[in-house]
Amino acid sequence: MRPVAEPASPPQETGACEAVSLTSALGADEAEIARVMQICNACRYCEGFCAVFPAMTRRLAFDRADTHYLANLCHNCGACLHACQYAPPHEFAVSVPQAMARVRVRTYKDYAWPRAFGRLYDRAGLTVALALAGGLSLFLALAAMMTGGLTHAPLAGNFYAVFPHNLLAVLFSVAFFYAVLALGIGVTRFWREVSPARDDDTAEAARARVPAAAEVLSDVARMRYLGGGHGDGCNEESDRFTLWRRRFHQLTMYGFLVCFAATCVASLYHYGFGLHAPYGLLSAPVVLGSIGGLGLIVGPAGLLWLNLRRDPQHREASQQTLDRGFIALLLLVSATGFALLLLRDTQWMALWLAIHLGTVLALFLTLPYGKFAHGVFRGAALLKFNIEKRLPNRLGLGGD
Amino acid sequence: MAASQTIPDVLVIGGGNAALCAALMAREAGASVVLLEAAPRSWRGGNSMHVRNLRCMHDAPQDVLVDAYPEEEFWQDLRKVTGGLTDETLARLVIRHSSRCRPWMQGHGVRFQPPLSGALHVARTNAFFMGGGKALVNAYYRSAETLGVTVRYDTPVQRLDLKDGRFVAAITTGGERITAKSCVLACGGFESNLEWQREAWGQNDRGEWPAENFLIRGTRFNQGVLLKFMIDAGADSIGDPTQAHCVAIDARAPLYDGGICTRIDCVSLGVVVNRDAKRFYDEGEDFWPKRYAIWGRLVAQQPGQIAWSVIDHKAIGRFMPPVFEGTQADTLQELAERIGLDAAAFTETLSAYNAACRPGTFDHTALDDCRTEGVAPAKTHWARPIDTPPFYAYPLRPGITFTYLGMKTDATAAVRFAGVPSDNLFAAGEMVAGNVLGQGYTAGVGMSIGTAFGRIAGVNAARSAGFAHPTFDEEFRYAAGR
Repeated sequence: MRPVAEPASPPQETGACEAVSLTSALGADEAEIARVMQICNACRYCEGFCAVFPAMTRRLAFDRADTHYLANLCHNCGACLHACQYAPPHEFAVSVPQAMARVRVRTYKDYAWPRAFGRLYDRAGLTVALALAGGLSLFLALAAMMTGGLTHAPLAGNFYAVFPHNLLAVLFSVAFFYAVLALGIGVTRFWREVSPARDDDTAEAARARVPAAAEVLSDVARMRYLGGGHGDGCNEESDRFTLWRRRFHQLTMYGFLVCFAATCVASLYHYGFGLHAPYGLLSAPVVLGSIGGLGLIVGPAGLLWLNLRRDPQHREASQQTLDRGFIALLLLVSATGFALLLLRDTQWMALWLAIHLGTVLALFLTLPYGKFAHGVFRGAALLKFNIEKRLPNRLGLGGD
Repeated sequence: MAASQTIPDVLVIGGGNAALCAALMAREAGASVVLLEAAPRSWRGGNSMHVRNLRCMHDAPQDVLVDAYPEEEFWQDLRKVTGGLTDETLARLVIRHSSRCRPWMQGHGVRFQPPLSGALHVARTNAFFMGGGKALVNAYYRSAETLGVTVRYDTPVQRLDLKDGRFVAAITTGGERITAKSCVLACGGFESNLEWQREAWGQNDRGEWPAENFLIRGTRFNQGVLLKFMIDAGADSIGDPTQAHCVAIDARAPLYDGGICTRIDCVSLGVVVNRDAKRFYDEGEDFWPKRYAIWGRLVAQQPGQIAWSVIDHKAIGRFMPPVFEGTQADTLQELAERIGLDAAAFTETLSAYNAACRPGTFDHTALDDCRTEGVAPAKTHWARPIDTPPFYAYPLRPGITFTYLGMKTDATAAVRFAGVPSDNLFAAGEMVAGNVLGQGYTAGVGMSIGTAFGRIAGVNAARSAGFAHPTFDEEFRYAAGR
């Protein structure tokens, strides 16, 4: 007899009506989280692993907003699956990581902007391929137009001899700010739905916001929840804990940020100091770009390696193309970047510049419609968690 | 075939906490160790996959444990819950051992965490395993494999070949004969053996076989095959076969492995009625964590071995959320009809109870002054009228976690035949828990017993095979009070 998905008890006094209507709107994947959380809430052995379980214990029932909130708090570390007495073959068939993973994709889809573009998540592989094809053809065609062919006499690394600086600046700024806008609108809608304002909470929540945000920053910077609560790490192929996912993810995230910093520094050089590219091998933009690029090679390669070995019970099969597509794109960006650095003084520069820029454009275009979105929604979920944990718990369970 | 031709020094039969402790200690001593687990890998660990903490003596705060829980207090707690049905020497051995074993456990990958929300009442006495018992079992198996213990799953043992009180070989259900220089038996009680339970509990005055209505909260693999074999073979036994860790759990729980989540924690917030819609025990006698372990037997004594915990809206949010939905109704009459009880009798019981509730200041965190007067049985604390709809009912059945019938042992964990300890056969875990737990239970003490006797049995089995554990002597001397 499997526990049913309905909440264990009706929601408390206020807001009962809204909660009921939200509950009735649960889709199959969201209902599975509600079912699993009802079992977990009666067990609670995993409370020390991550933020999902402490957040769960503040609730008796799980409506649609709760399921999306919890799904995005989950880092898919796998610890709770391997520790679960109710995991398959138990008839309760609990797999928290899998249930959460399914709803996470729903979050990305449901809160994509514009909403119709959420469908791109159904065809994650195709999305990446199309973006890549589009980005590459655009730049290859531009290069052919500008230089009359894809090879040319060496240009001493002067990219702007191929593509005018302003063209690149405009193109990538538009792509970048579009991604920021799309993700911003999506996460704002997500935030409003998972955190309905409650009159009795607003003052305390406002007080909690700053310290909570500071803690989120530290949680993300340290990838706290890939540490498994005990600091031994998370699970991959078995119940063995490993810190490698955290390390590879750190390399990826910081690699990305350092590459971004390289671009910012280059813009500063260009506009601020009137120093124009190409920059020397030991210049700040090139050094930062190379360090970040290394992170973006080692990090994603490691994540891919772990992803391929992961226990099938703690991953969601339908998400593999989403995960791997994003990883592949990051790898392509960094690999083509290094290729360009090596070949920038040769006749191949225009070709590799076009390839690299096409890949980067593909990455930018898919930021709001690919795996990158996880960071944004997880950040929001962590912020909600860190605010919520600073508010008084209304439940007085087992106070004795 | 080659594997079974090499004779291991120590054979460990069982795959839960005590067996793993024994295997790890024997291996640490340098012995070659083979561990036979009856279950497939996915169900490994016996009842240990359902446990959550270890009751620990400590004289000062220790990492996750607050304040102090001195030996004497632990002993008094144990003496109280067992009603004196315990062996003080062995109990104190277990208690003292619990104060020093955790670094060893951590060394093998077990991680502790502060008490779970809703379990703060044991923050001082119990160290919780991060991720629970299955995480502990996983850590021990990983460590065992790293250290070179041979683990064989799906290998239930049918019987032993014994000679003059000595272990010679184990014969598996598949007919394989496995010899070893010494052996540790740690393969559990007989809780999963429904036929044996039925026979042990017998027939009551109503002509019922009460055990037919029991659920097993724990593993399906503790069939008691070797326990029965050993008792038949003349090993000294201890304990009453009807004594067990027996709690009232949700009647809708699966027959096996319902584990922790099937418990019903709202008993002290409402009333409990039996099939005749009559109350039968003081629901507010003491804090629920101190009383949950008696309610299994109380329900077992009711007609049909079933009861219902009934609460009203006031109780919602005050107890750990149950895994199954309660039956809900807006009137008591309707609630009775929905759970199939005689509505007139039910409302009469509830009316009598409601009328008997004396005004007081409700405080679920203290033994408050909300009690009944003039109703039998009385409810002595937290008695508030059940008058605020909606009303909820949760069906209760006895849930057996593990049985206490076992083999008599001493501080060496040796199996004894007519008072003479075997020199190469040892026992641990549920198979000897009855030496310390004649009846009753207190949270986490099963793991204290399993860890102490498991480690001692492993060291002594290794010693019997000619290997000395490098560090345990000092720890043991302390535990044994020498």
